Amino acid sequence: MSLPTRARPPAPTAGGAPRERGRPRRVAADLAMGVRFALTGGREGWTRAVLTAVGVGLGVALLLLTTAIPNALEVRHEREAARTDITFSDERLAKADDTLMVAGVDTDFRGESVRGRALEPEGPRAPLPPGVERFPAKGEMVVSPALKKLLESDSGALLRERLPDRVVGTIGEEGLIGSAELAFYRGAEGLAPHMDGGRVVRIDGYGNPNATSERSDPVLLLLILVVFVVLLMPVAVFIAAAVRFGGERRDRRLAALRLVGSDSGMTRRIAAGEALAGAALGLVFGAGFFMIGRQLAGTAEVYRISVFPSYLNPSPLLALLVAVAVPTAAVLVTLFALRGVVIEPLGVVRAGRPPRRRLWWRLLLPLAGLAMLYPMIGDGRDNGDFNQYLVTGGVVLLLVGVTALLPWIVEAVVARLGAGGVAWQLAVRRLQLSSGTAARMVNGIAVAVAGAIALQMLFAGVEDDYTQPTGQDVSLAQMEVILPDGVPVTRAADKLRDTEGVQEVYGYSEGYLGDRAREPEHGTTLTVGDCASLREIADLPSCADGDAFAVHGAEWDAGEDMTNLAAPGRKLYLDPSYEGSPKRLEVPWTVPQGVKAAKPRRGLLAGIDRGGFLITPKAMPETLVPALAGHAYLRLDESVPDVHDRVRNTAAAVDPLAAALTWAETKRTGRFDAIRTGLFVGAACVLALIGASLLVSQLEQLRERKKLLSALVAFGTRRRTLSMSVLWQTAIPIVLGLLLASAVGLTLGTVLLKMTNTPVRVDWTGVLSMTGIGAAVVLVVTLLSLPPLLRLMRPEGLRTE
Amino acid sequence: MTPPAGSLLSAEQLRKAYGPTLALDGAEFSIHPGEVVAVMGPSGSGKSTLLHCLAGIVPPDSGTITYNGRELSAMNDSQRSALRRSEFGFVFQFGQLVPELTCVENVALPLRLNGTSRSEAERAALTWMERLEVDDLKKKRPGEVSGGQGQRVAVARSLVTSPRVLFADEPTGALDSLNGERVMELLTDAARSTNAAVVLVTHEARVAAYSDREIVVRDGRSRDMERVV
Amino acid sequence: MPIGHTLLGLLESGPRHGYDLKRAFDEKFGHDRPLHYGQVYSTMSRLLKNGLVVVDGIETGGGPERKRYAITDAGITDVQRWLATPEKPEPYLQSTLYTKVVLALLTHRDAADILDTQRSEHLRGMRILTDRKRKGDLADQLICDHALFHLEADLRWLELTAARLDKLREAVAR
Repeated sequence: MSLPTRARPPAPTAGGAPRERGRPRRVAADLAMGVRFALTGGREGWTRAVLTAVGVGLGVALLLLTTAIPNALEVRHEREAARTDITFSDERLAKADDTLMVAGVDTDFRGESVRGRALEPEGPRAPLPPGVERFPAKGEMVVSPALKKLLESDSGALLRERLPDRVVGTIGEEGLIGSAELAFYRGAEGLAPHMDGGRVVRIDGYGNPNATSERSDPVLLLLILVVFVVLLMPVAVFIAAAVRFGGERRDRRLAALRLVGSDSGMTRRIAAGEALAGAALGLVFGAGFFMIGRQLAGTAEVYRISVFPSYLNPSPLLALLVAVAVPTAAVLVTLFALRGVVIEPLGVVRAGRPPRRRLWWRLLLPLAGLAMLYPMIGDGRDNGDFNQYLVTGGVVLLLVGVTALLPWIVEAVVARLGAGGVAWQLAVRRLQLSSGTAARMVNGIAVAVAGAIALQMLFAGVEDDYTQPTGQDVSLAQMEVILPDGVPVTRAADKLRDTEGVQEVYGYSEGYLGDRAREPEHGTTLTVGDCASLREIADLPSCADGDAFAVHGAEWDAGEDMTNLAAPGRKLYLDPSYEGSPKRLEVPWTVPQGVKAAKPRRGLLAGIDRGGFLITPKAMPETLVPALAGHAYLRLDESVPDVHDRVRNTAAAVDPLAAALTWAETKRTGRFDAIRTGLFVGAACVLALIGASLLVSQLEQLRERKKLLSALVAFGTRRRTLSMSVLWQTAIPIVLGLLLASAVGLTLGTVLLKMTNTPVRVDWTGVLSMTGIGAAVVLVVTLLSLPPLLRLMRPEGLRTE
Repeated sequence: MTPPAGSLLSAEQLRKAYGPTLALDGAEFSIHPGEVVAVMGPSGSGKSTLLHCLAGIVPPDSGTITYNGRELSAMNDSQRSALRRSEFGFVFQFGQLVPELTCVENVALPLRLNGTSRSEAERAALTWMERLEVDDLKKKRPGEVSGGQGQRVAVARSLVTSPRVLFADEPTGALDSLNGERVMELLTDAARSTNAAVVLVTHEARVAAYSDREIVVRDGRSRDMERVV
Repeated sequence: MPIGHTLLGLLESGPRHGYDLKRAFDEKFGHDRPLHYGQVYSTMSRLLKNGLVVVDGIETGGGPERKRYAITDAGITDVQRWLATPEKPEPYLQSTLYTKVVLALLTHRDAADILDTQRSEHLRGMRILTDRKRKGDLADQLICDHALFHLEADLRWLELTAARLDKLREAVAR
């Protein structure tokens, strides 16, 4: 057993060094003392440190998650590229022992996309898709874990009908782009004849060899940049607020330190040390929260985007930046907060009334922001890239301007508020005495709302550019089923008609005619259908089975083409071949003698004119059948539950390669969707976080007033009065904050729209919804602080412990 | 035991426990209009709990409290709150002035809670502040006045509704003896002139000497010295 | 009350007749008990004998003898010394109240009852003094305060004893 070695004080003969300690060492010693106070300062010290740490931790976690998002999107992109099979290239491989037939059999289930592939290996060396260990045989499939769960659940029964194959395994993580992705690979046979370069292809390896990265659109880049700034700014504001948690009690403790002889510089450094401890602890908490959040992110699917935890790795440089910036900011904020405070040995003096807030430098910030953005006005999409630094700087300054202006506005307005009920009076007087605290509490929300309003405006403004009309008229038909070549449409139409919820089915067989078998100069469509169906797409003079029509004057056919092509007896070729592509079927067809003229009718077919030749089944030679693809257009009773999925099931039963499409009026580009999604997710997280911090400081204030509240209740104050005063106390600064946020947000939005050369239009729904969310946060915070308030108001508070 | 004839506020067999600790264990009390009764006893004896029960701030676990012929112990919380607003006044040791309101607004607060208009309430408040010699503090906030002045403001506030019963819990506990005596003089004078009853909880004999009689609380039981002698 | 030193002190402001001295004393100090003229006479003769005062003159006529007294230097020194000497704190080591409490305990009577009754009596006295203080001038207030503080000290002792009755009972029974 050894005796514990005890540190000995240095012998006095060791050279007098301890007495002559340098200034840096003294500073370090003071900071260390502050750290010790934060960690060993009894229950109160702990509570404060933990509160700060939780606040900072949440902020740090959000920072890390946000900085990890680009990385996550990158990984998703890489995985997607690595499993690409259908590349729409014109190259045709010959069957070999290393080739694989792949058919895209994607489907939708209750609004969710299911990625599906049918696989048929043609030799022992056929490439396995990523994440799949062996090829499923016909009648078997491997599925993603999420799809497996769905198929096993009761709600997945309808999908199970469509995918009856036996599940023989799951797809590994490297084959999926998100934990919640629905995907399957099923075995197939006889795919080769269907090969068309689009839906059915032959490949000898996965991955897109000549994948081009989408050229980054400067406006999209601007959007992403602004989204990041707008999301991270409130987090910074929040962290700044978090290190001030419990500040008033801390000040009193510092006063006690002054009493035992520390000078004002020392107390400041000790306070900084305390903040440092909280921030450092916050970093640890933040790392923890981040790990938890990362795992949670793996189980959650937000706006149809899910990721694997392993995707969320922030870049080391950014993480290091966070680790350095957060404690530094904590110390600076603390010193800044103590600027107006004189800590005397007998208490904290705020020098009576703090000096009136000045307006000019507060106005300077947003104006400087505008000045930075101004030169880029009118640049638009075509004038090259926006200067990232100017954009970031300008947006940051404008938003920081909110936090600078808000305290001034709150002070100026509150000082002028007058008469009202008791609750109002209590709230107004309290705000007059400490308008800064009130403004600080709503700063975060104001910044978040201002940024979000600007973004909403920008989105609404550029939305048209990124939303492509599909031209599909959804009032007459809501779904279309495309059958593989050679599958008779009438049989399919009958089956579809029997499906529950389907009101009407119009079936056509369609193909493309050229004037030559190869390299046709002119061409048009050939549509086969019965009279009733044909009348839906064209105005026919009369119709009997055996008739053929030529539609003149359709939008997509130049008039000469039809007069040229529709000469009776002229020989045309169905499914002509083109240079550089494999040979097509090239089925010859002669324009019948009795071809009648018809007029186009904007009708059922997606609201688009249908031109070309329309022929009734009896007028169609059997030879055409292999070159025609069946299309069925369905009018649905959309009140029937799961009607779309019932139709998809029927289509899959008719032929596994049949594709069922649901029509929509517009289709957004995927990239844009992702940004919008990111904004919503981020704004939701940020506002929730700020709401939490509001709640914490609210409760802290209430706890400090416990005695007073009890006394007020003792002499008969209604609980309602006190609750209302708490509500007013939060609502007044919030209303002011939201007004300012709207003003700044609209200004920023206008400037951003001008920068992208988009007509300025105020998106009032966006403004209202963002301010509404801000107001809702306040309401929720007030509601959540009511139970503790009521508890504090209990007369037991009068008892002295 | 029936309440003594003519008593304004009386209590019988009061029992009140806070968790495992028995604060009151069969306490009795009665007071007449215009009477000042001191409640004495060592700390932790249940003095304050007795006051809280009598004032309807906390309901007793058992026992009856009768105020002016009505049974206080049978009222619900809002009825008791209304009674406290209109018929009772309160002075505590500290922590009772709202720090962000000015002194005159503090004094006017109980009237405002009863629905009196702001100007009228503040006029009445000023009259009482004059009587308690603190009218020059009207524009100041509680943080800017001395302890003695603050306590006088609190007394003015407790009297502004012309209460029938004034409850004072260690009203001079935070003051030096000179200030404490002045507050007691002003308080008892004002109460006598309005014929209000005063329930005065104190452990200081010299404060209790401003009363007409005293009761002693010990271990949750009360002893009325008047009736013993 | 040391009447001799008080009368000497009154003479410091100038020579006075014996009757004047009595009136001045009553006015300032004799709230409870006015001085008997005989007391003044005997005290002044003692002071004369000790050389602390001298007779400044005699007025003859009807009624009592009217000597005018003046203070000597020795008298002034004596007043000075008396004022400068602190009063001995009175310890009251054997109080009747203590005896009563112990006796009650010994005879198994209710000692708390005795204490409560005594407190009530003390408070009654304090109430009278407080009342008088409120109506009186500054001199009244100071005098009453002195008495009040003494009574308060007794009361504190009563409280303390009441809190320690159980221990005292054990000690007495031993």
